[in-house]
Amino acid sequence: MFRSIWPYIGAGIILLFAIGAILAPWLSPYDPYEIHLSEQLAGPSRAHPLGQDANGSDILSRLLYGARISLAVGLSVVALTAVVGVLLGLVSGYYGGWIDTLLMRLVDILLAFPGLLLAIALVAVLGPSMRNVVIALAVLGWVSFARLVRGQVLSVREREFVLAARTSGQSDLRIMVVHILPNVLSPVIVQATFGIAGVIISESSLSFLGLGAPPGTPSWGAMLSQGKQVLLDAPHVSIFPGLAIMLVVLAFNFVGDGLRDRLDPRGGSGRRG
Amino acid sequence: MFAYLVRRLLLLLLVLFGVVTLVFFLIHLIPGDPVDIMLGDQALAADKDALRHALGLHRPLGNQYLSYLGDLCRGDLGLSIHSRRPVLTEIGERFPATVELMLGAMLVALLMALPLGIISALKPYGWLDGASMLISFLGISIPNFWLGPMLIILFSIQLGWLPVNERGGLEHLILPAITLGTAMAAMLSRMIRASLLEVLDEEYITNARAKGLPERLVIFKHALRNALIPVITIIGLQVGVLLSGAIITEAIFDWPGLGSLLLEGIYSRNYPLVQGCILVIATVYVLVNLLTDIAYAWADPRVRL
Repeated sequence: MFRSIWPYIGAGIILLFAIGAILAPWLSPYDPYEIHLSEQLAGPSRAHPLGQDANGSDILSRLLYGARISLAVGLSVVALTAVVGVLLGLVSGYYGGWIDTLLMRLVDILLAFPGLLLAIALVAVLGPSMRNVVIALAVLGWVSFARLVRGQVLSVREREFVLAARTSGQSDLRIMVVHILPNVLSPVIVQATFGIAGVIISESSLSFLGLGAPPGTPSWGAMLSQGKQVLLDAPHVSIFPGLAIMLVVLAFNFVGDGLRDRLDPRGGSGRRG
Repeated sequence: MFAYLVRRLLLLLLVLFGVVTLVFFLIHLIPGDPVDIMLGDQALAADKDALRHALGLHRPLGNQYLSYLGDLCRGDLGLSIHSRRPVLTEIGERFPATVELMLGAMLVALLMALPLGIISALKPYGWLDGASMLISFLGISIPNFWLGPMLIILFSIQLGWLPVNERGGLEHLILPAITLGTAMAAMLSRMIRASLLEVLDEEYITNARAKGLPERLVIFKHALRNALIPVITIIGLQVGVLLSGAIITEAIFDWPGLGSLLLEGIYSRNYPLVQGCILVIATVYVLVNLLTDIAYAWADPRVRL
């Protein structure tokens, strides 16, 4: 009983941030780009509940607009990589042979780069911009989906209903899409939920390192990067964007964990003993 | 065992070859002239030509690739553009700091994860287990580029207990190690719990309890030892996460390691240096993964090679 409330709390937090992101132009009290140099680094006040940053911009307004960036990047990267990864995983697992060998060696090579490293390298080469961040994270992201789906397909394709479909003369495409895909989708949904959390952290990490959103953009990572410069004088500039990232990531992790318990009990972290 | 090692080493060479190729073409197929990017648009044509020749960029791409591979085999990663020193030397100077940071982070992770994992496994589904689960969720979700500054605010600025920046004695290592190790601790504590729960179900534990051994001995002598075997693998696999986390942690704390060297290279468009750092980090990661697998096989006689 204790466990079961967390996914709902997570979903509630995500909903709140989504509403905040969608309604940012109406909800935010100020223009997030508005500069008031005379009020720079002012702490929280009645007019500015979360304080002002180094340009005197309102932090609450920037947080609301930042939610747009984080959620948009998280959703778009995961949607893109899930589709590509699932397709490649299906083909790789279903046909096997040289396609499989080739794809899986490519997966091995991409996995030889620890976490963010390849994304950092790609953005360093392509130049810092939000578009390039999405490209870099997408180049990496499909790998885990492809590997997951391939493994699932390998076991599903030997099951009776697939053999039956094959003997009845159905095309490979139809077997893959109609018979195999629905049976491998549950772990993909779980992975996608955790994936959104991961992409949001990666995007903010890149922006924090100055490799993502250009300076001045109200991205949470860029706000933290600015906050680090003034940590001694104005800790409030760092506190709130970080809290926002943590809450959203925590929320997606809660939901992912709840979905895993529901959809994919075998893939759990062993909580069921 | 021997055949397994040979097969793994061959696969390792293949993957490393792929990594080298990928990094080479990544750097060389970028849109725009790297010389323009390095020197800026206003640079003199003569300077550009000189740099282009110095870097061998005037030769055909295939030719450059082959000579790059040849240099690599001799351990030559090229010259750093600004300092004109060998890239390998610069990397060598920074490497120990990153190793120190990662070892510190691993120690922190184990110190946090062992008690959390053991407490959770002893009374599964109790309130302590629930609390430790919540803590590990927080640990996984907290971005290290936020945790670091928050630790600085609390322990350096408010309490004045620990120094803010840079490498030095042990007191300089504490905050960076906590920043880098927390996510790993969160992951590890859940693994230790799951692994311990599984082991506690085994017959030899029932047997140990039946012959009247004190619970303390049952847990620490019989159960924990066996439960930690799969945890070795997780620690090995987490090295990759630690390596990329180290890049960010080093940026937060001005830690003079490989990660900050890579970032300096990126900011100053020093491509040979960037290329070298990426190759070295990826190679370390692949090697650690191999060593982990071997250690796992060695520690657990049930694993057939």
